[in-house]
Amino acid sequence: MAPRVGVVTFPGSLDDRDAQRAVRLAGGEPVALWHGSHSLEGVDALVLPGGFSYGDYLRCGAIASLSPIMAEVIEAANKGMPVLGICNGFQMLAEAHLLEGGLIRNSHGQFICRDQVLRVENASTDWTSDFEQGQQITIPLKNGEGGFMADAATIERLEGEGRVVFRYVEVDPNGSLNAIAGISNERGNVVGLMPHPEHAVEEGFGPDTSAAMRNGTDGLGLFTSAISRVLQAA
Amino acid sequence: MPTIVVEVMPKAELLDPQGKAVAGALHRLGKSHFTDVRIGKRFELTVDDVNDEVIAEVRELAESVLSNSVIEDVVNIIVPEDVAAGETH
Repeated sequence: MAPRVGVVTFPGSLDDRDAQRAVRLAGGEPVALWHGSHSLEGVDALVLPGGFSYGDYLRCGAIASLSPIMAEVIEAANKGMPVLGICNGFQMLAEAHLLEGGLIRNSHGQFICRDQVLRVENASTDWTSDFEQGQQITIPLKNGEGGFMADAATIERLEGEGRVVFRYVEVDPNGSLNAIAGISNERGNVVGLMPHPEHAVEEGFGPDTSAAMRNGTDGLGLFTSAISRVLQAA
Repeated sequence: MPTIVVEVMPKAELLDPQGKAVAGALHRLGKSHFTDVRIGKRFELTVDDVNDEVIAEVRELAESVLSNSVIEDVVNIIVPEDVAAGETH
């Protein structure tokens, strides 16, 4: 049976259906979950998708992090379930204290949308095991508040423990400290990143590659990694 | 009804792009003697009754919900003077 991967929809989520599609293309069974419920429907892994939950009121992801279903998400994450937060989902994981640091408005003050090169700095997390250490991937980036911040001691610890999972290559697009694009928790089951792997999972609908326009599928590896991890654990 | 005010600012050491944009606009208006602008948030919490317990609750919520200590500081909590004789942050 294909691993069941839940995708939580919040008021203002935008990329929930793209995340479901990515799960399906990676060989999993997507399960639509609702923020107002307290049930994870017995899923094996979770994705918190991108968007502008609650209009980004208070702080990005802050109100969503207090949603009913987040109690179960936090409990499952602490028990080791693979959890991925993309963009607004990353902001939720930070606000829920499942990941350290916080995201602030881009240093240049503008919303940015571009195909972004990332380096996989840790290929042993639940969401990156199908990549090679140091592999460069290209996936879309689109955010207004993607500047990763943490105090110096936290940054040093994240770097020292290999918990910087993705780093921006060539350009730091939003003023993130150490060009950090994504991090993980200590156990490596919870990963958050600002760029959008779910938008680079099918030829014809992804970033341009040297081979052909919109042919990039580098984002698929995150989803296949988690699905493999679930199958190994079964 | 009494209102308790909570003021939150982005941490001083972090760049405040909103404030920077406003400072730029002032500069364009010829007001360049204002060398820096920072933008924060003001929360007004209205309650039926202000007492020590409520004030303690607001202090806790200010840190845990109204602000994120990674990126922001609670800079002021203002309690109505008539209910809390001089009780401020």
